[in-house]
Amino acid sequence: MNLRSTNGRKIADLLIKLMAGGSAALGILTLGWILYSVGAHGIRAFDWAFFTELPAPPGLEGGGLANAIVGTLLITVIATLLGVPIGIMAGTYLSEFGEGSKLAVMIRFFSNVLMGIPSIIIGIFVYTIMVRPTGHFSGYAGAVALGIIMLPVVARTAEDMLAMVPNSLKEAALALGAPRWKVTLQVIFRAARAGLITGSLLAVARISGETAPLLFTALNSPYWVISLNQPTPNLTVTIFNYAMSPYPDWQRKAWGASLLIMISVLVLSVGVRAVMRGKR
Amino acid sequence: MVHHSKSGAASGYSDNIFRIITLACGMAILIIMTGVFWELVRNSRLSITKFGFGFITSNAWNPVTEEFGAAASIFGTMVSTLIAMVIAVPLSLAIALFLAQLAPPAVRRITGGAIELLAAVPSIIYGMWGLFVFAPVMADHVQPALQDSLGFLPLFQGPPMGIGMLTAGLILALMIIPFISSVARDIFEMVPIVIKESAYAMGATTWEVTRKVIIPYGLQGIMGACFLGLSRALGETMAITFVIGNDHTIGASLFASANSIASTLANEFTEASEPMYLSALIELGLVLFAITFIVQILAELILRKAGKKGGRIV
Repeated sequence: MNLRSTNGRKIADLLIKLMAGGSAALGILTLGWILYSVGAHGIRAFDWAFFTELPAPPGLEGGGLANAIVGTLLITVIATLLGVPIGIMAGTYLSEFGEGSKLAVMIRFFSNVLMGIPSIIIGIFVYTIMVRPTGHFSGYAGAVALGIIMLPVVARTAEDMLAMVPNSLKEAALALGAPRWKVTLQVIFRAARAGLITGSLLAVARISGETAPLLFTALNSPYWVISLNQPTPNLTVTIFNYAMSPYPDWQRKAWGASLLIMISVLVLSVGVRAVMRGKR
Repeated sequence: MVHHSKSGAASGYSDNIFRIITLACGMAILIIMTGVFWELVRNSRLSITKFGFGFITSNAWNPVTEEFGAAASIFGTMVSTLIAMVIAVPLSLAIALFLAQLAPPAVRRITGGAIELLAAVPSIIYGMWGLFVFAPVMADHVQPALQDSLGFLPLFQGPPMGIGMLTAGLILALMIIPFISSVARDIFEMVPIVIKESAYAMGATTWEVTRKVIIPYGLQGIMGACFLGLSRALGETMAITFVIGNDHTIGASLFASANSIASTLANEFTEASEPMYLSALIELGLVLFAITFIVQILAELILRKAGKKGGRIV
């Protein structure tokens, strides 16, 4: 074997290894840079008023985003109440009744496709079925849009989690004469409980930073939430509006809202993964 | 069909109801999918009948005279996505290689976690960071440097403003790296150890094993991973809206402001009061839906052929 070519091969190998390590380092550094920026800018917006007061009129300093915090929480809760039960039931169909069925193959396939459809398209869809017919934007429409985004995510994770429950457990319950629905609800769901909760929380994490689907549905509002049947204040659309405004105080508040969103997403996804890891 | 336990007619009856309820929830996914397509077509009929196929090719975008063409938005979506793919695909594969082949377990866990977190960061946060932190760095350092070295190319001419097509493409790249690299990593890990070990035993280096064994073995899966990233990039909205500059022009310079389909929608949808304007915007949404739908279906088919189930970053 030729010595020089061996050296060349080793050098090429080393270069590739360095590039691979460098790319990974670049990823970590960028994540650090983003987290640092959000933290450093955002913390300056945090004061008592930020969490307790209504927004100040354009151009004036002070005020807070309490209404948007409440609005985001309400919209997220309703979206979860829509997306999680329907998603878990859909996952149940796929895992319990879907074996060998063409329909299940199709539902599985299109829930993957639906996950990849841009969220702004879901926003337009809900606009056409809820906002346009009623003639006004509403928090409910926002919640429906987010619920639709959660649905395929919950369905697919629920299917995986339910499929992991050992068959022997199922068969033991069926052998006792329990009807299938009872076995599913009381035995399988209980056994897969941790997984189902984890999957649902990850779906909540995914929607809690969503902005595009809310732009045309919940819109935004500078007032308290009185009813979800009208434009509803929320943090993400507020970030968009405030960041694009010429007022430094509003831009600072946009950073504050970003930090709040970032913290909740991090707590949800890191926390859930830690719990999952601990379970194993 | 379901085989009922013969514990009595009553349980068979309740089992059927239960099955129908779960079936209805599963069907909801198909109904939503069809509904999205139906509503987009129905609500853009005004624009479709007026502009016909010219909607795709025309560059006019004038709400006052009600002349609408999607060319500038489609161009912006394509170019920003192209920039993102050119940068993200090699970087993602390198990261996947690092995670699957090179990193010791502790480093792998931390790096893998960080890459997953990059995927969890919401689009709007990328937008904030892109506009207020990254764009100034582009304007002060990256764009002048590009102009000094490659300024003779039309791509890098014009005032360095920080925002614009190039910045949008770079941020998109950053956003799709976690999606491509996590799927590619799974694909790399699916290569049977026996095959890798035999190549190593022949004296091959890590790079040679990667290039000649792992990549050919997982080529289909890697393609699928790239398609998933592609579909993400095409539909990405908020981050792009923050940094692309929002200008309906088609130009050669990557420093110039532009628009993508998604950013046009995000900026103009709530302002559109005239039926024709709204209809044109919804048709723009239909175009985006059609593109991502096709890309997504290709990704699914390729990944399914490659033997990978639908597991991915949520």
